[in-house]
Amino acid sequence: MPDESILLSMKHITKSFPGVKALDDVNFDVKPAEIHALVGENGAGKSTLVKVLSGVYPHGTYEGDILFEGKNCTFANINQSERAGIVIIHQELALSPYLSIAENMFIGDERAKFNIINWDRTREDAMKYMHRVGLNENPNLPVNRLGVGKQQMVEIAKALAKHAKLLILDEPTSALNEKDSEHLLEILRELRDKSNISSILISHKLNEVAAVADSITILRDGKTIETLKVERDAGGKASISEERIIKGMVGREITEMYPKRDNPIGDVLFEIKDWTVYNPDNPERKKLDEVSINVRAGEVVGLAGLVGAGRTELAMSVFGSAYGEGIQGETWIAGEEVDISTIPKAIARGVAYVPEDRKEHGLVLIQSVKENITVAKLQKLARMAVINEHEENIVAEDFCKRLNTKTPTILQTTGHLSGGNQQKVVLSKWLFSDPRVLILDEPTRGIDVGAKHEIYLIINSLAAQGMACILISSEMPEIIGMSDRIYVMSEGKITAELPGETATQEEIMRNILNN
Amino acid sequence: MNNLIAILKKNVRQYMMVIALAVAMIAFGFLTDGIFFRPVNLTNLVLQNSYVLILAVGMLLCTLTGNVDLSVGSVVCFIGALCGVMMVDLQWNPYVAMLVALAVGALIGMWQGFWIAFVNVPPFIATLAGMLVFRGLGQVIMKGQTKAPFPREFQVIASGYIPDPLGGAVIGATKVHLFTLLIGFLIVLLIIFGEIKKRNKQKHYGFDVLPTGVWLAKVIFIAAALVAFTVVFSVYRGFPNILVLMGIFVVGYQFVASKTIQGRHIYALGGNRKAAELSGVKVKWVMFWIYTNMAVLAAVAAMVFTARLNSATPKAGQGFEMDAIAACYVGGSAVSGGVGTVIGAVVGGLFIGVLNNGMSIIGISTDWQQAIKGFVLLAAVAFDLYSKSRSSKVA
Repeated sequence: MPDESILLSMKHITKSFPGVKALDDVNFDVKPAEIHALVGENGAGKSTLVKVLSGVYPHGTYEGDILFEGKNCTFANINQSERAGIVIIHQELALSPYLSIAENMFIGDERAKFNIINWDRTREDAMKYMHRVGLNENPNLPVNRLGVGKQQMVEIAKALAKHAKLLILDEPTSALNEKDSEHLLEILRELRDKSNISSILISHKLNEVAAVADSITILRDGKTIETLKVERDAGGKASISEERIIKGMVGREITEMYPKRDNPIGDVLFEIKDWTVYNPDNPERKKLDEVSINVRAGEVVGLAGLVGAGRTELAMSVFGSAYGEGIQGETWIAGEEVDISTIPKAIARGVAYVPEDRKEHGLVLIQSVKENITVAKLQKLARMAVINEHEENIVAEDFCKRLNTKTPTILQTTGHLSGGNQQKVVLSKWLFSDPRVLILDEPTRGIDVGAKHEIYLIINSLAAQGMACILISSEMPEIIGMSDRIYVMSEGKITAELPGETATQEEIMRNILNN
Repeated sequence: MNNLIAILKKNVRQYMMVIALAVAMIAFGFLTDGIFFRPVNLTNLVLQNSYVLILAVGMLLCTLTGNVDLSVGSVVCFIGALCGVMMVDLQWNPYVAMLVALAVGALIGMWQGFWIAFVNVPPFIATLAGMLVFRGLGQVIMKGQTKAPFPREFQVIASGYIPDPLGGAVIGATKVHLFTLLIGFLIVLLIIFGEIKKRNKQKHYGFDVLPTGVWLAKVIFIAAALVAFTVVFSVYRGFPNILVLMGIFVVGYQFVASKTIQGRHIYALGGNRKAAELSGVKVKWVMFWIYTNMAVLAAVAAMVFTARLNSATPKAGQGFEMDAIAACYVGGSAVSGGVGTVIGAVVGGLFIGVLNNGMSIIGISTDWQQAIKGFVLLAAVAFDLYSKSRSSKVA
């Protein structure tokens, strides 16, 4: 007997990847004509859940049941879920930039007879759906001439053209300014009230969530923690506060995962002063705005913030201008201003950067462990540019032993190693370059728990040797557990500096959101 | 036996082309009633393919970055024309003219390298433009005429043979080039010594080594082949100058690619440009020098080709770029970059050369030869991809 009051019901969903349980017995219900927010920290399982729902992870690769409009769903791919009326709008828009609004709207569903497109009908239909989202543009306009906010509207119109009954929006406002964001949320309300269309809203912006959602489901570590019902009084004030949501999101206990460190902390070793960087894709926009931070010898300093706050951009722009345009500011090492404006200069000065994306930026996957370890400072092993392979083998063997890297031989292709061992190879590469300042960008992402712990131990031993470490991580317990001091970043600015010992996740989250 | 098959499978990409080359040569030996192995034919084989092999060495570095250089054939034409003007029209000293030609080659390479490395013009486009530009300019400076004849000192590069300070000897009815024999045997000894040293080192580090029997077979095969060729050359007129020049290039570039910082940086860039850049590899300069080097080698090839023909023509070098590219891919370069060796490219080039030569002797027309070359290229790359996809499935 189908339950009329439930549109979507996901029951006991469990999804495992090798070594990780991304979703663990998750239950999630969406009512008709409801805006349901899905919140949680990075890695809590939000996108995995959405991928299960939309058929990106096809039926059979997960456990549990999905009921949509009372019917059991076994989507094998995204086309099938769209046909049922479930449409995802991704964070990165999936529009073809040089095609018109109308063309984009009906890609794959062309208004055609005998394979010949009826352009009049295409435009007419496009106008109809554009009207529903309040998009007042010529349907023949190429979408790259529209701003991001209007492109987002095109995506929603496109979803409506597919007869969506349930929209899934993944961080829809992350690239929008305030006005466009408000407009988007208003459209969601209208669709709910006038067309009975439900939305699942994934967002880090908790003020928006509190303002628009009818229900809020909180995920943490792959589990549903709670579903909150939001009531609004006559003035539109929500019954659920942001603090209440944060508490649910981070309410996890830190265990002994993070080993203690008790080495003495020395003088300031590395300093970034008034660092301003412009976005290379949009040279008028500041990506970083007068950021100043310092790190002492033997200290681990955490950079906390949401994805997009500018932490990776800070690290990469400092490391030999690997990111950004119009970089201004000063870098100091041991009380001396240094020029580290190219990567070779940065390496020569003892700055090392372990990148966020280990496979794309950290390793040459088709090369051996040995070649990856030595590539950043081959001149240490060479005389007249000729590499001493004997010495190189000794170095590579030594690093594999010291970091407990599990590889059959140092000639193994790095692409065949596990994530944790790959990360140890990247660390080895940078340790071989004799760094004084080590910037670690998400060093434990996608690594199993055991290897994580080993990486923490390595970081501690490096700090103990007097290295200045900067740790960027989106996992707040990791930042708190590992850092002596924490800088909180939000939208390209430092918004707080907190002592690592007493910082709490609530405090960090508040500083991120109160910007 | 199973063990042996497993080893062959594991190293199939390394050995496939060498084995294919040996099989092709032996087959042509039979098909041509031994004409193929006659000293004069093998000498010709070297002379005919020398310029493509020189180009293949440079092209290998381009393919390592995942790119190609389409302009080399036109650069050959342009430099040939320049040599014609300098030596035939202006009667310059040939050695001065050769130095100038090399310098102009370097300038051409820097020109293309500049657009590729610093303006980010895709190499395919930049060198396609170069292909049109230098073919055109070559014809402009020749004014449509053929330049000939060249001075004797210049011709010797391509048609001369190394001298025999030992004076030669007559064994039976044949005159033997003793110096060639001596050099050949020394090289064989060096290779055997090197293989033993390498094997001991590999054992020392606990790397996988070939079983003793297979390893011995491999070394004996290489040594026997080299001794045989040395003998064949020594009973004709000795090693051609061009073979010595090529040998120096091949050994030199193989050394640079496998043993030096520069070589390592090229492989790292080819394997993952972003990761290499973030590891401090100056990727722009690496690209710049690779394309500069390619044009210098094209200038060398131009001189060898012009000297051999004893004339500079407007059509010179047509299609050379494709032969050089084919040599690299037949020899095991990966289209995506980062994989390939100088030796592999040379073996690939020789394989194509042997096919050409053998088919010519049998009497297969050049039209067919062209088509067969195409099939060989396709088969080699398809086989490569197939064996790669299988090995990744196993892993």
